[in-house]
Amino acid sequence: MAFEPKREEKALKYEELRIYTDEELKNYSEEELKNFKIKHETPALDELEKGPWPSFVADAKREALHRKKLDADRMMTDKDAVDDLLGQLQLSFDHGETHWKHGGIVGVFGYGGGIIGRYSDVPEKFPAVAHFHTIRVNQPASKFYNTDYLRSLCDLWEYRGSGLMNLHGSTGDIILLGTTTEQLEPIFKDLTHVMDTDLGGSGSNLRTPSCCIGKARCEWSCYDTQAMCYELTQYYQDELHRPAFPYKFKFKFDGCPNGCVASIARSDMSFIGTWKDEIRIDQEAVKAYMAGDIVPNGGAHKGRDWGKFDIRKEVINLCPTKCMSLEDGTLKIDNENCTRCMHCINVMPRALKPGLDTGVSILFGAKAPILEGAQMATLTIPFMKVEPPYDNLKELIEKVWEFWMEEGKNRERLGELIQRFGLPKFLEAIGVPPAPQMVRAPRSNPYIFWKEEDVPGGWDRKIEDYRKIHKR
Amino acid sequence: MGLSLGKNGQYNPDKPTEDRITDIGPRHFWQYFPPAIQKNYGKWDHHEILEPGILVHVSETGDKVFTVRCGGCRFMTVENVREICDIADKYCNGFVRFTTRNNIEFIVDSPEKLEALKNDLLSRKHVSGSYKFPIGGTGAGVTNIVHTQGYIHCHTPATDASSMVKSVMDSLFDYFTGMTLPAQVRVSMACCLNMCGAVHCSDIALLGYHRKPPVIDHEYIDALCELPLVIAACPVGAISPAKTESGKKTVKIKEERCMFCGNCYTMCQAVPLSDKLGDGVTILAGGKLSNRISEPKFSKVVVPWLPNNFPRFPEVVEHVKKIIEAYAANANKYERIGDWAERIGWEKFFEKCGLPFTEHLIDDYRLAYDTFRTSTQFKYTEAAWAVSKSVGGID
Repeated sequence: MAFEPKREEKALKYEELRIYTDEELKNYSEEELKNFKIKHETPALDELEKGPWPSFVADAKREALHRKKLDADRMMTDKDAVDDLLGQLQLSFDHGETHWKHGGIVGVFGYGGGIIGRYSDVPEKFPAVAHFHTIRVNQPASKFYNTDYLRSLCDLWEYRGSGLMNLHGSTGDIILLGTTTEQLEPIFKDLTHVMDTDLGGSGSNLRTPSCCIGKARCEWSCYDTQAMCYELTQYYQDELHRPAFPYKFKFKFDGCPNGCVASIARSDMSFIGTWKDEIRIDQEAVKAYMAGDIVPNGGAHKGRDWGKFDIRKEVINLCPTKCMSLEDGTLKIDNENCTRCMHCINVMPRALKPGLDTGVSILFGAKAPILEGAQMATLTIPFMKVEPPYDNLKELIEKVWEFWMEEGKNRERLGELIQRFGLPKFLEAIGVPPAPQMVRAPRSNPYIFWKEEDVPGGWDRKIEDYRKIHKR
Repeated sequence: MGLSLGKNGQYNPDKPTEDRITDIGPRHFWQYFPPAIQKNYGKWDHHEILEPGILVHVSETGDKVFTVRCGGCRFMTVENVREICDIADKYCNGFVRFTTRNNIEFIVDSPEKLEALKNDLLSRKHVSGSYKFPIGGTGAGVTNIVHTQGYIHCHTPATDASSMVKSVMDSLFDYFTGMTLPAQVRVSMACCLNMCGAVHCSDIALLGYHRKPPVIDHEYIDALCELPLVIAACPVGAISPAKTESGKKTVKIKEERCMFCGNCYTMCQAVPLSDKLGDGVTILAGGKLSNRISEPKFSKVVVPWLPNNFPRFPEVVEHVKKIIEAYAANANKYERIGDWAERIGWEKFFEKCGLPFTEHLIDDYRLAYDTFRTSTQFKYTEAAWAVSKSVGGID
């Protein structure tokens, strides 16, 4: 086995963990579902059952029916939670405004985050969603599951929550949507003691890291995204569960510059796989592409006739640095001038492959607009070798955190701090020399700071000395 | 030890910290990899999209795995997850995964299982008719819409998420199950400008937006909120300290300076701003986050506001279709929407998409200058002639 967990994990067998019997799980017929009406009139939601895309309303209704037919003592929260959620949603459509009260601070002992409190502002109408808190559960890297795990989680959540979830939250967590305050601790106890799994993050802390599918099922991944995601999640559990930062902080791990987990847009510290040697070329496969024997881009454009594959038009001329050429039917790449954008590899995955000397580029500071405007992450570390146990990486991360925790203002994202202090100060704080790779272009204004020690004679000057050679 | 029963389960409220397990993190991923994935980890040679929604990955060892990608609602019930488990048990030895855009992927190791799985998935429909597991979301089409909580669970939204996504995906369904576009189109949705998700870097982004300043609950604000945090929450400095007639501490908002971002409400429940008639949807376009050919791009606002017409958002659906159809008809192969718009020029983008250009689309926040046109390089469109006419420069 390529990877070992950091600790012995319990084997989870649904048959040993389950709450509900087969009869309880299949407690309604298709006929009953067809005739089923939830307890509120929901004309707008009924409209959303039409059309081909999976209807969340149709799905919610079957859970409403399932709960209705379970015995009252077979769940610890209100059996009408789904009915009332849909009822409140209908009311929100009628009013054109949300009906959730502002905020809500709830949690479990020992942690400062992981649970998002939520209360209805019309609890008398919809008592089953009067408390409707969300629990973030840390997902396994790349969101692979087996059914023992998922079924057990479903039983736990139907018994102690609403039975509604998000697979998955934008940051990556499994989202359990809707339970009462009194059920939070019992759920956490079962999550940790039975399911051997932990909460994710929320608040001013390290949020749940996530990664692309990586080497599990992709030929382009330049490092073990899951392994790094798992290791850093485990290593920084304290920072994840107990908010100690000026604001939130996210890690995301992309195996290559295609960015399948969007780290460049959605993480304060973005890890993007890359290589520093040459793109591997299989010239026979290149010929097969040119002959039309292999469909370009893995067949991504099969739905339309784009004509015969033309390597000049589709690859060589689209290369952003124009570092490719075709000489006597042989494809050449001037690798020194390649910026590893992935285009040629994406178009001809059977002929071209990333190099073998791989690592990560590290970019900092992505965030959504609030407060100072949206930012994408900016390149700071062009290349870094990353191998378990990632000591070099941890050292860097901790330098970044030290700087931000010391200097960051309340609710100031790292990206905003870098803007406020300037990139040069950030580089100095983390001990990195400046490089032209860090900018799209050098500055155009001449408002340049100099440190006093870099200027001969320093800044301590006397006007009298000046006047000796310049009359007033 | 099974899952617990009873109100408190295994938890003893009298001794809350006793026998508490913390900091164990997520389950380790390796155990959830299907055997063929474990065996070929890091050995993948290439892949192909056999048809929309169906991928094959071929390993250096010669092993093949077939992946069927299905649309998922993201918001789903345990009943739905159990049905996913039934399918995974039947065809995939109990393994299943989810993508970073909330699609569901079933992985099998033979073409025979693949056929049976496909047929089974497509036969499953909700009683009211929608597919439970539509196959698609690969290649140059429209895949799932990354989205947020909306009225289902959030306190700051200016619109709803799940209903808008359902309406838009119904209208783009043929693009989900087909691969007929110049490149993939990533649609995303956020119900307020906190932009949880990827709205700021998507080909097409749908964003809930307010258009009225907050109303201030003067009598309660000092009791409920940290006033300095409310004041510091404003990106444009529109909020300042004030006192009520009775001498209570409160804040005042310079209404003409407020651009309705709602961040003060995030910090303080006494300044709500949602409003049925004011709230609506902004559409952005042209963002991307891959590094392919061009650098990652922010999405740009192309439609300043459309009404929240629940539950089907016909105006939003119509505008999204307009943009995608103009793009599909005009862009080159491999060009993302942003690449196309930048190549032809945004003035042509507005013309081709039939979108009006209003003053709301001209940036006026801090670095706005960088978005103005400091050159004489432009293309003529009707909008240019309208300017000429307005100054008497043309008949």
